[in-house]
Amino acid sequence: MGGVRLLLLYDILRWEEKSFIDTARKLGVDIIPLHVPTVFGKVGDKSLTGVGEVDVALQRSVSFYNSLESTILMESYGINVMNKSYTIMTCQDKLWTTSLLVRNGVPTPDTYVTFNHDTVYRIVGNGLRYPFVVKPIHGSWGKLLALVDDEEDLRTVVEHRSFMHNPMYSVYYVQELVRKPGRDIRVFTVGEEVPVAIYRYSDHWITNTARGGKAVPAQIDPELEDLALRAAKAVGGDFLGIDVFEHPEKGYVVDEVNAVTEFRNTVAVTGYDLTRKVLEHLISVARE
Amino acid sequence: MMAKCPVCGGEVNVPDDALPGELVEHECGITLEVVVDGDLVGLKPLEGVREDWGE
Repeated sequence: MGGVRLLLLYDILRWEEKSFIDTARKLGVDIIPLHVPTVFGKVGDKSLTGVGEVDVALQRSVSFYNSLESTILMESYGINVMNKSYTIMTCQDKLWTTSLLVRNGVPTPDTYVTFNHDTVYRIVGNGLRYPFVVKPIHGSWGKLLALVDDEEDLRTVVEHRSFMHNPMYSVYYVQELVRKPGRDIRVFTVGEEVPVAIYRYSDHWITNTARGGKAVPAQIDPELEDLALRAAKAVGGDFLGIDVFEHPEKGYVVDEVNAVTEFRNTVAVTGYDLTRKVLEHLISVARE
Repeated sequence: MMAKCPVCGGEVNVPDDALPGELVEHECGITLEVVVDGDLVGLKPLEGVREDWGE
């Protein structure tokens, strides 16, 4: 697998990034870690960045803005970055993701949107029923999600949001509360394959492992595999972490898609070498 | 190499091949981030990242 020069874009060196560096070196891949917070460069001219000739790049920045903007900069040099800027942007915006999924026939939880604090009350009764979930359109790790059981809960959420200065919080992305069987599924796609998945068990309605959800290996049946690949195609992603709910009436539904996904808990409980799988895919992309 | 914890002043063992952005747990309980400026290697408390992707 030697001969390939891989650029690793990162900001914080977590388990995943170390794993990519260690595994790439074992595979004979020439991996070049690039610390995004200390990079500077001219758009379209990579000489200032210190980035030499590379065949392909892997985006691993934790910060959304670091990941998106450094990808755009690298793309200005003609570097093929996994995932590409379009995918990073669409996956960061939950509404954009849901829109692309729906337009491509991928089932999702019923989702409603409004753009004003006062208007959100009008959604209730016009399709949406309590309880439901209000989510920020940006963000992950299950942060700032609000479970709304009744009008009093909604009034509280609206009041808090109305005092938040970020205009993002005047956009209401509201979803039916899916009665999950105490778990959800994190499915990973690499290229056109679905190599591994985990259940995330939790007594809490938020099941992210970052919020204490317990990871357990999951079975990938043909329906789940097909769903994950269609979701990946919808957002144009190469290496994704796709969150799937088991809806009691609709079956599998895609909740979110992560374009710079963590996977240390997945490797720990499944033993699957996802790092190597991603690197092998990158090498094949570089050689196309 | 040895460095000083910017929080407690205690000694911190930083791997010789540490990269900028690498995290070092210190016995005082703080998580430190490796900072590289030319040939100089330092440490700063990890401030965390506000916008993120998770598992």
